[in-house]
Amino acid sequence: MTEKPRKQIHLAAHFPGVNNTTVWSDPAAGSHIEFSSFVHLAQTAERGKFDFFFLAEGLRLREHKGRIHDLDVVGRPDTFTVLAALAAVTDRLGLTGTINSTFNEPYDVARQFATLDHLSAGRAAWNVVTSWDAFTGENFRRGGFLAQDQRYDRARTFLATAQELAASWRGDEIVADKESGVFLRDAAAGRFAHSDAHFDISGRFDVPRSPQGRPVVFQAGDSDEGREFAASAADAIFTGHGTKEAGQAFYADVKGRLAKYGRRPEELLVLPAATFVLGDTDAEAAELAHTVRLQQVSGATALQWLEQVWNRDLSAYDPDGPLPDVDPVVGEPSVAKGRASARMYKDPVGTANEWRSLAEAKKLSIRELVVEVTSRQTFVGSAATVAATIDDLVQSDASDGFILVPHITPTGLDPFVDQVVPLLQERGVFRTEYEGTTLRDHLGLAPLPSGAPVGAAR
Amino acid sequence: MPEPLHLAVALDGAGWHPAAWREPDARPADLFTAGYWVDLVREAERGLLDLVTLEDALSLQSDDPWTPDERTDRVRGRLDAVQVAARVAPLTRGIGLVPTAVVTHTEPFHLSKALATLDYVSTGRAGVRVKVSSSAAEYAHFGRREAVAFDRSSYDSPEVQRVVRELFDEAADWVEVVRRLWDSWEDDAEIRDVATGRFVDREKLHYVDFTGPHFSVRGPSITPRPPQGQPIVTALAHATVPYDLVARSADLGFVTPRDAADAAAIVGEIRGLQQQAGRAEETVHVFGDLVVVLDDDPAAAAARLRRLDDVAGSEYSSDARVFTGSAVQLADLLEEWTAAGLTGFRLRPATLPHDLLQVTGRLVPELQRRGLFRTEYEATTLREQLGLPRPANRYATV
Ligand SMILES: Cc1cc2nc3c(=O)[nH]c(=O)nc-3n(C[C@H](O)[C@H](O)[C@H](O)COP(=O)(O)O)c2cc1C
Repeated sequence: MTEKPRKQIHLAAHFPGVNNTTVWSDPAAGSHIEFSSFVHLAQTAERGKFDFFFLAEGLRLREHKGRIHDLDVVGRPDTFTVLAALAAVTDRLGLTGTINSTFNEPYDVARQFATLDHLSAGRAAWNVVTSWDAFTGENFRRGGFLAQDQRYDRARTFLATAQELAASWRGDEIVADKESGVFLRDAAAGRFAHSDAHFDISGRFDVPRSPQGRPVVFQAGDSDEGREFAASAADAIFTGHGTKEAGQAFYADVKGRLAKYGRRPEELLVLPAATFVLGDTDAEAAELAHTVRLQQVSGATALQWLEQVWNRDLSAYDPDGPLPDVDPVVGEPSVAKGRASARMYKDPVGTANEWRSLAEAKKLSIRELVVEVTSRQTFVGSAATVAATIDDLVQSDASDGFILVPHITPTGLDPFVDQVVPLLQERGVFRTEYEGTTLRDHLGLAPLPSGAPVGAAR
Repeated sequence: MPEPLHLAVALDGAGWHPAAWREPDARPADLFTAGYWVDLVREAERGLLDLVTLEDALSLQSDDPWTPDERTDRVRGRLDAVQVAARVAPLTRGIGLVPTAVVTHTEPFHLSKALATLDYVSTGRAGVRVKVSSSAAEYAHFGRREAVAFDRSSYDSPEVQRVVRELFDEAADWVEVVRRLWDSWEDDAEIRDVATGRFVDREKLHYVDFTGPHFSVRGPSITPRPPQGQPIVTALAHATVPYDLVARSADLGFVTPRDAADAAAIVGEIRGLQQQAGRAEETVHVFGDLVVVLDDDPAAAAARLRRLDDVAGSEYSSDARVFTGSAVQLADLLEEWTAAGLTGFRLRPATLPHDLLQVTGRLVPELQRRGLFRTEYEATTLREQLGLPRPANRYATV
């Protein structure tokens, strides 16, 4: 009997985000902005032989009821700048930056990623996101100019244009021969011209081909259009993750879309975000996980969460009391701005009814209800349990690995690296040493031959 | 004891002379590696220099500043300067890092947080040199606005002068937005008040609400106020309109005098404009720019420049004066120009690393001997090094 070879697991470290997953009230919680915190997490990930470090991005501070949301961590660095600095204090770790395709221009973004790839010797990746709202647009020259249904249209052509710019240098143009005085082999190096509904640009790109040819491309967005975009153009897809079955369904769905683009299943990695709580025993971990949930959902946070779903002011309610008897306001979300969670509940009245019955049945307060219905940690258990769970999920094609989101900055990943990574290595499903130098190497993506076009589909 | 002077070095490619990359000590094959820039900035830091600037543009280099060329015998290609500065920052401790940013095609919101982040990763050593874009090639790379074509021959026409004035007004707006965004978080906005569950005090976060002809920006920044409060803003200026940008918006101007009298006139003009802008009480540095070709024997320097010109195929000319001679002679010139009112100098090494090594290994010891230059880094931030106070936040009420 021939056995399917065991898949190698891919792991990444997500810098804790500006949402209530991140626990800032814990005495162990450090700075979210000092560079030392970024250094600690990145070096811990590299110590654990992780594939890459991951940074999310949001271009406007979130608001709740017309005022800046103040209950979660607020503030983050510029993506390119902090990743370039991290390249100085790490050696192999991939550096993935989230960059929006609406509030940027292809020439600039292509230049920035080519620079990051040079400065990190081939470790750059771009998580292409498509937030398009006018609220965020108020911080930019052109404002919120894009209709929602155009976001992937622009993202697709933005990415394609950036790839054209990266490919405008084949990789062999720089001779730099002092004797003959030939610096460039080709007087037209970098020449490009691109014209479509979104971009009409031409000239010469000014950054020579970078070590990976172009950044590794991630896509984050769950809709049908988002999945199609990933299947056509991304090397990896960043997603949420519910149950094993939901993961398997998502995995099969996106991998199944690849064939029509002439791509093989291993050319698109599925990497869901995952949180974790470790304990000496499973029971201890479960108890700890509940404590963390309560830290994540304060009374004030619970009430505001409910206000997002109800889409109305609920400040008169007691978070330790029963759920509101009034119904949600149906229509455009007006309470929360710049928050992904505002659009999560498609049928607020139905959700409210469901939650009221759940709260009644289990005798839950508002805060207890929110703890119950919002995402609990993905992995809870002893190191052995968590290692076995991760291995099982990857081997049963619910994912190709995970992007781990610690809830404590910057030391939250330490126990995972110390306890879980060695067990995954013992199982033979995670590297004990980096084998390559580039992020493409770590992800098992074939190098792009120099001189070749750099689109995902080859 | 005379006022100590400030010293900066401008890094660009293999050096400022077009034939620099062909020198025996040049490393043209390494220009796109981090190690190249780390080595150069560390050398500048060994010389205790105030800061390095990093040249940048959103187009390929060209021998003709007005239009692209198709030359293959010159260094072509560049890395983004803010990222190069960030890559070097964790590996240096005392030197200021001042990348160039083109303001005409970029988002002040993005650059504000990028420079704030550079300030975090360098723990208070960030600055920026703002630059307007007038090359039609750069406009075509963005395809968002029409360039008004002009060159040296039409530069003085009223139409072109109006365009230039507009570009610099936009630059002033850009700096204003960037500065407001740096202040959009008060220093103590992060409170972590467990009792009320609040991470920030939102009374200390501010909308900047800038509205102008080229952009409107709401704010606040997504990045908290950086260590220096305001990283330093610099600009290169050759004429009245850019002098006015220095006077209105900058902490430091780089100027290109021909001689001491010219230096005195330029400084005088900037001081006058500074007064008009209501900034007479503020420190605004004016540094003289010089391209330097340095050797222990002045004759060797002159011969080297001739040799470089021969290799390049033409006599090198620059917007800045080209100084050829020994470090001792240069020290004399710097003293003379300091007496004319300049507060420091930005030296553009003709070749790298040779002329940089002459600055750190010969000029700096000579200036130290004359009591004109520091013998160790004492400041912890670039502002402190330049004698600039940490500015109060424009939005703070207490
Ligand atoms: C797992 C995940 C992570 C995301 N991270 C970001 C982010 O960091 N910044 C951002 O602006 N948008 C982020 N997005 C938003 C997406 O880019 C996209 O705009 C949004 O999901 C709506 O597209 P969809 O309808 O295809 O899901 C993320 C989406 C997902 C699913």
